[in-house]
Order: sequence, then structure tokens, then C-alpha cells
Amino acid sequence: MLRREFPLAITCVVGLFMVIGLFVPERHFTAGRTEVESWAIIIRAFAAVLGVANIGRISYLRISRREHEWVYHVPLLIGLVGMIVLGVGGSLGSAPLFGIAEGTFFNDLYMNVYVPMQGTMFALLAFFIASAAFRAFRVRSFEAGLLALAALLVMLGRVPIGAEIWDQLPLISDWIMNIPNNAAKRAILIGAALGAIATGLKVILGLERNYLGGE
Amino acid sequence: MSLSNRLVNLDRRYIFFVILIVIIIPYIRPLGLPIRVSREAEGFFSAIEKVPAGGTVLLAADYDPGSMPELQPMTLAALDLCFRRNVKVVGFCLWPAGPPLLNRALSQVAPRYGKEYGVDYVNLGFKEGQEAVMVRVGSALPEVFPADYNGTPVSTLPIMQDVENFSSVHLLISISAGYPGTKEWVQQVGQRFQNANREMLPIVSGCTAVSAPEYYAYVNAGQLDGLLGGLAGAAEIEKLAGVTGTATRGMDGQSLAHLIIIAFIVLGNLLYFLGGRRKK
Repeated sequence: MLRREFPLAITCVVGLFMVIGLFVPERHFTAGRTEVESWAIIIRAFAAVLGVANIGRISYLRISRREHEWVYHVPLLIGLVGMIVLGVGGSLGSAPLFGIAEGTFFNDLYMNVYVPMQGTMFALLAFFIASAAFRAFRVRSFEAGLLALAALLVMLGRVPIGAEIWDQLPLISDWIMNIPNNAAKRAILIGAALGAIATGLKVILGLERNYLGGE
Repeated sequence: MSLSNRLVNLDRRYIFFVILIVIIIPYIRPLGLPIRVSREAEGFFSAIEKVPAGGTVLLAADYDPGSMPELQPMTLAALDLCFRRNVKVVGFCLWPAGPPLLNRALSQVAPRYGKEYGVDYVNLGFKEGQEAVMVRVGSALPEVFPADYNGTPVSTLPIMQDVENFSSVHLLISISAGYPGTKEWVQQVGQRFQNANREMLPIVSGCTAVSAPEYYAYVNAGQLDGLLGGLAGAAEIEKLAGVTGTATRGMDGQSLAHLIIIAFIVLGNLLYFLGGRRKK
């Protein structure tokens, strides 16, 4: 019983406290709320540590059992452990070998390995978008036609060459972004906010229990 | 095989090659297309211009290298605008891979204006906690960031002597690639905390092109004072700041790439309809 009811009670009390603390500007509530927010930061930090430990454990098991594509986990583990040691191993030595400031080995690896690799991954998107535009973007219905027309106008209106082709294109693009786009986005935002309030209430009242795990 | 069939089954590497060429050519031979400044970019610029000399802005650099081409030019231009007006910058990141990029931007711009680390600007580094950090910064920034990115206690930094929370600063600049970012800053902080002028803390955003459409709602509602969307937004703020950076240079390539993608969409549909008509 404690495994279910105790976490539910904690969630209810903390949830109500945070909601009331937002609307009641009384100093005890404010101080308590601030304290709980600090706990939240600490708990989130522990979650990050847990995530790193989990990646390390899974990678180690895959390598030791020679599971499918285990070889990719070797550079992952080396990178993970290596960057942690170089970054936080200040007590092992001083810069440039240890530490995270500019000029350190950590920063050089970040700037010369991590930045180009991640940049390359995202740059590939431009090529795949062009390929998908040619092969998959088909105007099969009236709605798809509207979508295609809006996309073409915004794509042209948002870049300098659009104004060179027709000086009204940027204005049309602005209108699409500010009126129809805004109307749809507002509807989505308001809907999502109402959904978040409903979910929040369900969590506080103990009606929504998925976060406790699959029991 | 007919020409249209051959085009439909075109090896996608040809498409990749065409894109590569249209992006590279403008870098070798710039077209110099004029950049038009939008109302949203003017709002971003004006918000920084309104910060009094000697005032302080918070710069949340919430992005990582994947978004660097779009967002780093915005950070550079924003820092340029701040430093030339003697506005102090307190930077931090809610994305773990962000601090070195912020460091690089600060060390690139600050020397141009003779700004000193710890006095005119500071990089507080990364803090885990997303929305909880945003709200906590509103009550006690030095408690959330007791040390800067290099581990120096903030209590020893002159710039941090007067910075307690949002009421010590004039503006929040959110350079954002996603979650946590501009949306969360608006939801958690906007219209809730006062700034040094005893007004609601103004927020401006520089974001990736893909997230910009969502933030137009916040601009029109007055919850964001300005918005830069993608490389185009970065080029606009570079124009307003009077600097020619990578965004301005990249806009020629982006213009041609957009034209080519539009041509691919039109050609793909043309072939689709021609093929369909033939089948009928």
C-alpha cells in the first residue's frame, strides 16, 4: 500500500502547495515554494547523473555480451568517460589537460570533434529535405494544395531573393505567419494549456498514476 | 524508359549534388541580395536599444552545436549590440552543450569593445533543472549559479555584486533551439517577474526557423518584444547591428536552396500528374 499511496500523497501535497504558492503571495508560502523549486533542481540533476550511469551500464553490457552493433558502444563509452575525466578531473591535474575553459583539451575536443560532427548531422537535413521535396511532397488533395501554396510563398518570402522576384512576397509571407499561422498556433497552444491543466489536476488528485510506473 | 520515368526514378545523389552546388556557389561568388528587416527583428533590436548604458541583460544561450549555424550569429549580434552600448551581459545555458559556444561568442565580441570578464560580462555555464531553474533565477540567481563556468565563485565577480534576480536586470534575451527555451521562458517567467525598471521583464527571442511559427503568437500577444527566426532572422539582426557575419553571407545560399527546393516540389508534382494522366 505504501508503494502506491505514499507517492500519491507526496504528489498531492507538493502539487497543491505549488499551485497555492503561486496565487497566495504570503511569505511562508513563497519561501516554501522557493525551497521546493530548489529541491526540483537537485532532483533533476540526480536524474541526469542517473541517465549517464544508465548509458554506461547498457553500453558495458552490450560490449561484454558482444550484442548486435556492440562495436558502436566502444567509442561511446570512451567518449563518455574520457570527456567526464577531462572535464571534471581538476584534482588530477591542471589545464590544458584538465578543466573545461578555453584552451583545454576538453574544449579542443568539443570544438574540433563534437561541433563539426553535430553540425554535419544537422546539415544533412538540407539534402534530405530537397530529396523528399522531389519524391514525397505530392499535392493529392485541396488541403495539400493549400499547404504547398503556403509553404512556397513563405519559403520565397522569407529569403532575400523573394523580394527580388516580387516585392509583395515578403508581405504575403508575413501575413501568412501572422494571421492564419497565428490563429492555428494559438488554438493549439490554448488546447495544450487546457490539457496540461487537466493532466496536472488529475496527477494532484491521484487520478493519473502512469508516472508511478506500470502497476 | 521515357524522360519523365527517368526523372521520377532519379538517383537522389544527383539531387544532393545540385543542393551542394547551389549552397557553395554564393560563398565563392556572393550575390549580395538585399536583406529586408521584419517588424519582429526590429522589436528585438529596439528592446536591446532601450536598455540603459550600464544596465544588465540576461542572455540564455539554450542551444547546442546542431543549431549553431542559425543561432550563434544571433548571439554574436546581440552581444555586439549590448557591448557597444556598455550594457553588461550575464550569460548562462540550460542546454548542457551550450556553455562552450557562449564562451566562444563572448571571447569573440568582448575584446572588440575592450570588455573585461567578470566586470562587463560573465558566463555562468550550465545548470540542470529546466523550468525550475528559470523560476529560481527569478528569486535568487546567485543561489542557482553559485560559481561561473570556470568555477569562480560569483560572489567574487564585480558584475554579480548587483545582480540578485530578474529585478536587477533590464532584459532577458533567449537564444533558443527548443526545450527548454523561449516557450518555457515565456510560460514560466513572462508577465510574472519585474525588471530593474519595475516593469514586467521584457523577453526577446532568437530561435531556429522551425520553432519560429509557434512564437509568433507570443509576439502578437506582447509576451515577446522581438523575435528572430532562423538564419533569416540572424541576418536581419546582423543588418540592424551593422555587422556582416555568417548569417548575412549564408542568406544568398539559403535563397538559392529555397528556389531549388521549390523547383523540386513543382517538378515532382508535374511528373506525378503527368504520370497519373498517362495511366488514366
